[in-house]
Amino acid sequence: MTPDPVPLLALVILVALVLYALSGGADFGGGMWDLVATGPRARRQREAIEEAIAPIWEANHVWLILVVVVLFTAFPPAFAATMTALHVPLTLVLLGIVARGAAFAFRKYDVPDDRVHRRWSTIFGVASLLTPFFLGASLGALASGEIRLAGGVVTTGFLAGWPRPFALGCGLFAQALFAFLAAVYLTVDTQGEPDLQEDFRRRALGAGLGVAPVAVGVLLLARTGAPVVFAALTSRRAVPLLVATALAAAGALAALWRRRFRLARALAVVEVTGVLVGWGLAQYPYAIIPDLTFHAARGPAVTLRLLTWALALGALVLVPSFAYLLRVFKGARPPRGAAP
Amino acid sequence: MDDLAFARAQMGLSLAFHIVFAVIGIGMPLLMVISEALWLRTRAPVYLELTQRWARGTAILFAVGAVSGTVLSFELGLLWPRFMEYAGGIIGLPFSLEGFAFFTEAIFLGIHLYGWARVPALAHWVAGLVVAVSGTASAVFVVCANAWMNAPTGFRLVDGRVTDVDPIAAMLNPAALPQVVHMVLAAYLATGFAVAGVHAWFLLRDRTSVFHRRAFGIALAVGAVAAPLQALSGDLLARMVAARQPVKFAAMEALYRTQAGAPLTLGGLPDDATMTVRWGLEIPGALSLLAAHDPTAVVRGLEEFPRDEWPDVLAVHLAFDLMVGLGFILLALAAWAGWLALRRRAVPDTRGFLRAMVAATPLGFVAIEAGWVVTEMGRQPWIIYGVMRTADAVTPMPGLAVPFAVFTAVYLLLTAILVVLLRRGFLETAPGRRPAPAHDA
Repeated sequence: MTPDPVPLLALVILVALVLYALSGGADFGGGMWDLVATGPRARRQREAIEEAIAPIWEANHVWLILVVVVLFTAFPPAFAATMTALHVPLTLVLLGIVARGAAFAFRKYDVPDDRVHRRWSTIFGVASLLTPFFLGASLGALASGEIRLAGGVVTTGFLAGWPRPFALGCGLFAQALFAFLAAVYLTVDTQGEPDLQEDFRRRALGAGLGVAPVAVGVLLLARTGAPVVFAALTSRRAVPLLVATALAAAGALAALWRRRFRLARALAVVEVTGVLVGWGLAQYPYAIIPDLTFHAARGPAVTLRLLTWALALGALVLVPSFAYLLRVFKGARPPRGAAP
Repeated sequence: MDDLAFARAQMGLSLAFHIVFAVIGIGMPLLMVISEALWLRTRAPVYLELTQRWARGTAILFAVGAVSGTVLSFELGLLWPRFMEYAGGIIGLPFSLEGFAFFTEAIFLGIHLYGWARVPALAHWVAGLVVAVSGTASAVFVVCANAWMNAPTGFRLVDGRVTDVDPIAAMLNPAALPQVVHMVLAAYLATGFAVAGVHAWFLLRDRTSVFHRRAFGIALAVGAVAAPLQALSGDLLARMVAARQPVKFAAMEALYRTQAGAPLTLGGLPDDATMTVRWGLEIPGALSLLAAHDPTAVVRGLEEFPRDEWPDVLAVHLAFDLMVGLGFILLALAAWAGWLALRRRAVPDTRGFLRAMVAATPLGFVAIEAGWVVTEMGRQPWIIYGVMRTADAVTPMPGLAVPFAVFTAVYLLLTAILVVLLRRGFLETAPGRRPAPAHDA
């Protein structure tokens, strides 16, 4: 007997979302810090953000595409219903993705004039700020229980779930987490430039402290705004995960305070992962609470099996490739001039 | 226009925009790999400079292609949720594989663009090769999925329900091979001629430029090799369409009446009301020859199919003739290039030839746009040929004029900005005016 591929593929979606948050999410945060770059080192801050993002920019992006294709291949009705009910916020996400992707590329290609540079930075920054908000609100809407289906057809129209306090809180939460994550990464990326590193340390501490009240607020809003998720998150079996996430959050702040930047980065990663895994476990087995489970939305068995194989083979190529990319750009710099 | 029309317009616009960048993402890495291989072999600095300058232009275009491709993957669901619900389980597999191919491409493009000083020379070239191969693989997978919409196989319909799904058979549908070959060759053909055209423009101004001569030579070679192969693949694809989608074929050729020894109609204005073509040029028996390789064969006309299953004959026919016409112009240029090269044993650079190449710069891309009009509009009113109508696949979302207007404005704006940036990039970074991007500074 073969194991049930449904939980495995749902897990793949969650893992891809976590990796998107950890990589692409930090790029969103980088854009936010670009937008508010201030002080005597504003220009250097922008350059450091660009240097950190540029080589891994395109690859970071693909995690989101992976979420989309796994969803529509393995769980087509869930994809169709999500895209129907959340047409408005997801279209706004797309516009944000186009605006920031184009602005980021154009800025690099345009004349290296400060004024021109700033114009692209503004577009890049504003889009980086708004896109995760609508992305977070969309995930919140799926958890809210307000999107209803009958016979696979969305019956609650196009304004259900997302323009509500809970979902908007999720959007704000995504923004805060990504801003925090980016600032923490940048403290490591700017190793060797103490002034710049200190700028990002202050930003990371500020954002990290800001995350806590938003997290508590979202949890309180979930009580009425997303009762299924709230019940799961406040059940006894959720306690270890909540405690671990809270400890990681506190630990990341403490490590930043003591300038243990690599440790802070590791703990920030644990914190963001904990938040998303907590949501994922609370949401499962539902794709869309409360009318559509992943099981009910699953595609043909043979497709799920082939997709699982394709993902395994793909991982075999991708994991070493991605590790190589990170080693080349995020590892120790080789002496310059080593190449041809 | 109703919401269905706006949804179709938005999808068409998104595809028309994306295909340009997708094609460049397939074609440019091949040119870069050739140029970098020549650098590694000859150590002539001109090839290094060429590789890096091509890479610089490719980076910005690739970035736009990545975001416009992301838009498409969402739009499949945002605009056509019923189609995705129906087809996701059957045809999602090649999309997933495409996701991985694109991922690989993105990773190694990062290494190629930013890793000059960080990885050994050979590893850098291999990274470029991986970009070229995975870019082409992306096209293969996506076109397989599109081909399935034309030749849906790999499932059975029992009482309107899908059963016996075989995703491999769906992916390897009868239209897949001819469409894939035609699209991949089109990417090399269009990119080769477009790049050669740009460098021909510079060569006309400075015939001593070694840089532009080498660049022109590489791009022309790629385009000229692809051109005759493309003519053969076009024949293969047309005969597949004639066999599997006779109504699309009849629209492409503006053939209203079923007949033996059918004529080929070039151009003209098809009129559905009178079922005639005005002002077209008819070549007797040629259509039967093309469709079945037999000048007396019977070719089915539009009259055999219900009116409500006809595509827009005028648009499909003219787009088809435009594509074929441009293809033959490029084929003639390739023959001219081959003849000049054989006679002179050098990269052809007569003034007349260079001028013709400059004029031909956009033709490959225009032909690709026209070809997709034929494929997509020729399949209407179906989204899955013979299985699901486009009207039944569209989202119930009202007010689709709004996203259509917004995306149109955004894409027009992006196009304008790109034209300005690329134009300035070409002119300002002409070799000699500015040092090449330092890889060992």
